[in-house]
Amino acid sequence: MDVEILSRIQFGLTIAFHYIYPPLSIGLGLLLVIFEGLYLKTKNKEYERLTRFWIKIFALTFGIGVATGIVMEFEFGTNWATFSRYVGDVFGSALAAEGLFAFALESGFLGILLFGWNRVKPTMHFISTIGVFFGSMFSAIWIVVANSWMQTPDGYHIVGEGMQARAEITDFWAMVFNPSSVDRILHVWLGAFLAGAFLVMSVHAYYIVKNKHVEISKIGFKYALIVAVAVSLLQLYTGHRSAEIVAHHQPAKLAALEGHYDESAPGDLYLFGWVNQKTQKVYGVSIPGGLSFLIHYDFNTPVKGLNAFPEDERPTAVNAVLQFYHLMVAIGLLLIALTLYAGFLWYRKKLWDKKWLLWIFVFAVFLPQLANQFGWFAAEMGRQPWVVYGLLKTSDALSAVVTANQVLFSLIMFSLIYTLLFFLFIYLLNKKIKAGPYSYDTIEHRPTQQDISKIVSNKE
Amino acid sequence: MATFLGIDYPTWWFLVVGAVFSGYAILDGFDLGAGALHLFFKKDESRRIALNAVGPVWDGNEVWLIIGGGTLFAGFPILYATLFSAMYIPFMLFLLAIIFRAVSIEFRSKEPMKWWRNTWDIGYSVSSILIAFLLGVVLGNVLQGMPIDSNFEFEGSWLMFLNPYALLVGITTVLLMTVHGAIYLCLKTEGKLFEKVEKLLLRAIIGFVVFFILVSIYSLAYIPHLSDDFRSNIWLYAVPVIAILSIANIPRLATKRRFKMAFVFSALTFSVLLVLVAIELYPALLLSTSDPANTLTVYNAVASDKSLGIMLLFVAIGVPLVLSYTIIIYKTFWGKVKMDETSY
Repeated sequence: MDVEILSRIQFGLTIAFHYIYPPLSIGLGLLLVIFEGLYLKTKNKEYERLTRFWIKIFALTFGIGVATGIVMEFEFGTNWATFSRYVGDVFGSALAAEGLFAFALESGFLGILLFGWNRVKPTMHFISTIGVFFGSMFSAIWIVVANSWMQTPDGYHIVGEGMQARAEITDFWAMVFNPSSVDRILHVWLGAFLAGAFLVMSVHAYYIVKNKHVEISKIGFKYALIVAVAVSLLQLYTGHRSAEIVAHHQPAKLAALEGHYDESAPGDLYLFGWVNQKTQKVYGVSIPGGLSFLIHYDFNTPVKGLNAFPEDERPTAVNAVLQFYHLMVAIGLLLIALTLYAGFLWYRKKLWDKKWLLWIFVFAVFLPQLANQFGWFAAEMGRQPWVVYGLLKTSDALSAVVTANQVLFSLIMFSLIYTLLFFLFIYLLNKKIKAGPYSYDTIEHRPTQQDISKIVSNKE
Repeated sequence: MATFLGIDYPTWWFLVVGAVFSGYAILDGFDLGAGALHLFFKKDESRRIALNAVGPVWDGNEVWLIIGGGTLFAGFPILYATLFSAMYIPFMLFLLAIIFRAVSIEFRSKEPMKWWRNTWDIGYSVSSILIAFLLGVVLGNVLQGMPIDSNFEFEGSWLMFLNPYALLVGITTVLLMTVHGAIYLCLKTEGKLFEKVEKLLLRAIIGFVVFFILVSIYSLAYIPHLSDDFRSNIWLYAVPVIAILSIANIPRLATKRRFKMAFVFSALTFSVLLVLVAIELYPALLLSTSDPANTLTVYNAVASDKSLGIMLLFVAIGVPLVLSYTIIIYKTFWGKVKMDETSY
């Protein structure tokens, strides 16, 4: 295999793995702020137990997010050197802002959030929780700004030619507010809230059906459900807005999302479909002209198809793009149905008796994760062959000096260590879930520093 | 070219990158150093205390590495691309160690079996040493320079990073971080464990001084470009003199058990040595050994003035914020390790 394929597989693998964790940290961060805020307001010990239980799981997702995040940053330099030279000037200010305003905030308050419960005043702890939550939200802003700039570049000009060509920033705010960034940031945030809320609901649903920690779980589930109902509905709007932006700024990607090849026919909207890329036909169920309607509010307006673009300037993996996109949309709709139904049952005070529904929620934790991953796959594969849309091709963005064998080595290395890391995550998550929320007697019976130093000074 | 206080933007950014890496070396330096010493402690409770001494801060310290990488990428994207792709294998091993270390810290305390804890203790210690070593190896290669062609691409072999000078700088880095970590542990431990750390500290200082002298001799004898600036400006000799005084102060204060001050001086040692590196390199960032015309400098590997101006503004707003939360968190966890139900 050549360097390009290997490097793309490696980047895809490492970023898909990374992207399991930051959305969980953002989503759990929101719920921690809610739980701890309720604790401060009501002084109800159940909220304290909920907060402290979810802090333990938050610590896990955050730690893995940091370790795998360093990999992403370094890979820009190691595997995508030409890309780094090309975009460095534009990305620079976004990355600097992320480092100074987001990461520093998170890392500063993280220690207090995780280890400071018995050391600082409750309000100070709450401030730390909010600090970490805001830090993770800010982080998402700058990363999505950088990625959105790769989708819809703005506020730059090109300097130099050939190998030396690179983008330089001309207008910082135009770069930050490039056409797709605001909608995509909202879409990513909401996706992250869903990931967190569904994890909380999954664990508490499990406790309820297993008849453990039932009272506290009902509280935890209720607040996560409120978040999930609101967010899954809002996600429809940001999703639709993002698709409109794609239609106006990345027409080749839009065509690939629906497998629309005809140069100037009205576009159909598929509920599901399968693309035969050779015959350029899609088999499935569609609303004729539905795509035209969604974009232009008219069933007969033509939409530019894939054949309107030169072969080397349009995505090749059309079927994969269509499948990922449609799976994401389908999951999004399923989440709306699921949360609305659960909300309705809760309102009628029947939710806790519906064991089968609670079991669905136990496993529904995978749905927002899959939607998040699939959405990114569609966005990134749909942008191909470009890495920066219309400016730089992925095949030109590689490191010139790195060989296939080197990438193969690191790809095998990452596959092994990420497998280990994933097992660790599942193992620890399972252990923390088994242990359950603190009960007060176990807190008091832990060894104190005095006990430990006595043991140590006698034996070392 | 835009300037601020008479200094041009690329030079300002060079200083920012230097300051961030010096902050990273000081902060992650002590937890990596504590990791390097980990296997010298034999009892499980001692290892637990040593690990919990860095428990609340290691993750936050590692974030400085992301910030450091970000400032380098942001301000000197051309250097970032050339250096990281040239040293592909060492950077990949570095990432492996970073992840393996996080895994070891999290895994260790979760099961009580002796073999389990020993395995992760070894993982934690070896990966801490490997991270410090590879940081030193990269620094050694940067100080030495490497063959770079006119497109600013590396033109040597992938194994070139393994050379005697880089290995020496690598070992020296491990030893300095070990000294720094040992002082931190002295501040954080009591009783027999404290006495043990104190003994290890003195041995680590001797090891560091020996390797520091070796690196200095090697630099002066075989890498003449590193001392060019000193020949032209005699005042610059003040920097190595301060470095030597700062290093000499560490054993003096440690033997008097004034560990807080010793920690200040081991931290200062990192900064002064990095200032020395900065003086030796500037205005070069990465010397081309094949043709000096292809050397990457702060002027040809840099982002535009427009971009640097925005980022410098961010730094001016952001740094006071960063310092204030860093101080808050260290004050919160100041003093000897106290275990509670949130500990590892």
